Amino acid sequence: MHMADALISPAIAGTMYACSTAAATYSIKKVRLETDPKKIPVMGVMGAFVFATQMINFTIPGTGSSGHLCGGMLLTALLGPYASFLTMIGVLLIQCLLFADGGLLALGGNIWNMAFYGCFLGYFLIWRPIMKKGAGKGKIIAASILGSMVTLQMGAFSVTLETFFSGITELPFSVFVGTMQPIHLAIGFVEGLITAAVLVFVYESRPELLMDVNAKQSDGRFSFKHTVAILCVLALLIGGGFSLFASSHPDGLEWSIERITGSAEIESAGTGPYEAAEQVQESTSLLPDYAFKNSDSLLGTSFSGIAGSLIVLAVCAGGCYLFKFFRKPKTKDAR
Amino acid sequence: MSKLDNALYELHHMDALASRDQWMNRIHPLVKLVLTAAYIAVTVSFHKYNFTGLLRMGLYPVALFILGEVSFRDALKRLRIVLPLVCFVGLFNPFFDRQPAMQIGNLVITAGMISMVTLMLKGVYSVLAAYLLIASTSIEKICHALRLLHVPAILVTQILLTYRYISVLLEEAGRIIQAYSLRAPKQKGVHFKVWGSLAGQLLLRSMDRAGQVYESMLLRGYTGEFYYGEKTPIRTGDILYLTVWAGVFIILKLL
Repeated sequence: MHMADALISPAIAGTMYACSTAAATYSIKKVRLETDPKKIPVMGVMGAFVFATQMINFTIPGTGSSGHLCGGMLLTALLGPYASFLTMIGVLLIQCLLFADGGLLALGGNIWNMAFYGCFLGYFLIWRPIMKKGAGKGKIIAASILGSMVTLQMGAFSVTLETFFSGITELPFSVFVGTMQPIHLAIGFVEGLITAAVLVFVYESRPELLMDVNAKQSDGRFSFKHTVAILCVLALLIGGGFSLFASSHPDGLEWSIERITGSAEIESAGTGPYEAAEQVQESTSLLPDYAFKNSDSLLGTSFSGIAGSLIVLAVCAGGCYLFKFFRKPKTKDAR
Repeated sequence: MSKLDNALYELHHMDALASRDQWMNRIHPLVKLVLTAAYIAVTVSFHKYNFTGLLRMGLYPVALFILGEVSFRDALKRLRIVLPLVCFVGLFNPFFDRQPAMQIGNLVITAGMISMVTLMLKGVYSVLAAYLLIASTSIEKICHALRLLHVPAILVTQILLTYRYISVLLEEAGRIIQAYSLRAPKQKGVHFKVWGSLAGQLLLRSMDRAGQVYESMLLRGYTGEFYYGEKTPIRTGDILYLTVWAGVFIILKLL
């Protein structure tokens, strides 16, 4: 998600530098107030740790591909929002200078997209509220996955906005958003899982290292209902909100077809298999063109976004249970 | 694991490049930092159809690569990270922007094609400029320049420490991964069962290391500020270098 210099205009880059500088100034003030001199070397070494672990490939079961750690969420759980934000700035600067990962001019934007959301929103909106009434393994897993997904979504959305306002691409905004968000939803989920695995390990071996986790008081039960509720709200927000936004413009492919043929959908000649297939599709699809049948309302569009999210959520949950079901006997053997 | 080794190699390679005794390395880091930022800002601010103007901006990297005796091949390798994203964004321009701009024989060049090429050119130039900076200036010197720009000590110290420990932790991660892969043959990455314990062990070790680092810092009289080696003053040559290039950028932009 590192932005290159070519993707950002100087005006937007300057704005993002100003935003990131403001957040950094506030963080520096807060870290100074903590008066814990030991925190500086811990920040430095943890920055290097995030850097090194991002080079490790974690295999995603059943896919053959690999994922990486979500640095912002991990650091914020270990160091708190302010120290972790400063640490991430260091990591991003070094990545940009030494490995050409992200541009020098785009650094302000990259800090905002990756460090600000991960460290501040990840901590204040997700980690702290979830850990408030005692921590537990389930809660840490939920917070990590939710945190990684939400912060990555916001980061990806910011990348799209910054590129769009820089006037770099001719790609319609809706197409760009429609490509970036789903990809990063999947990446966020995997990053969340890896981060969760690491944080659970820390919780089991040295819980005092985690923020807002009291070693003695811990063992707060995993409130399943709570997590499901949070996930539902999130899915509804993304489904309802983004689909409304995206569908105000036609889909990229439809758009290009519209340009060529003058109509958003290719008219079939009305013969044989096409017509038959079209009829089958129309009678089976619940929400043709993402709206209620015979209606053209925004409500219908939002509804289909929400319904889609719920279906995806159900499939994901089902998949997770299946995964858990098949894993169980093996773990018992191992013990 | 090759990725870790590659990163380590690149770190050492850049260190060696930055510590050469070269005229470009001797220029004050603040001058180089300001010039690089200015160059990238000017390059990026070119209009998306201004291909010829952008082509002229190539003067800065080309001149420095030749005069500074920096390997162009090494720099090209760094484009592999930036180019895919830039290409993804730029590749659609020819499809969406079909306004004909000029004609060469039978081939019609559309505005979208031009904007795609300029976007890629901007991506390449900015990476090359950043490479020239880091190939001639060590991170310590860049941190010194940041201090001169009044970036708070806490942030600069943190950047320096992260940089210092990256190679240490890369080596440690490399050892862990090597030990793991020797015991888990024919596996591409780390199996999900040990995701937590493998990275977690490294994390706990790093935390302990941070404690030791702090103690040794205190024993050496750490009071909250790092010393960045010799503090070189800005000389007349540096100011001349800055003015000449700044003048060139202004002329290239106005042409």
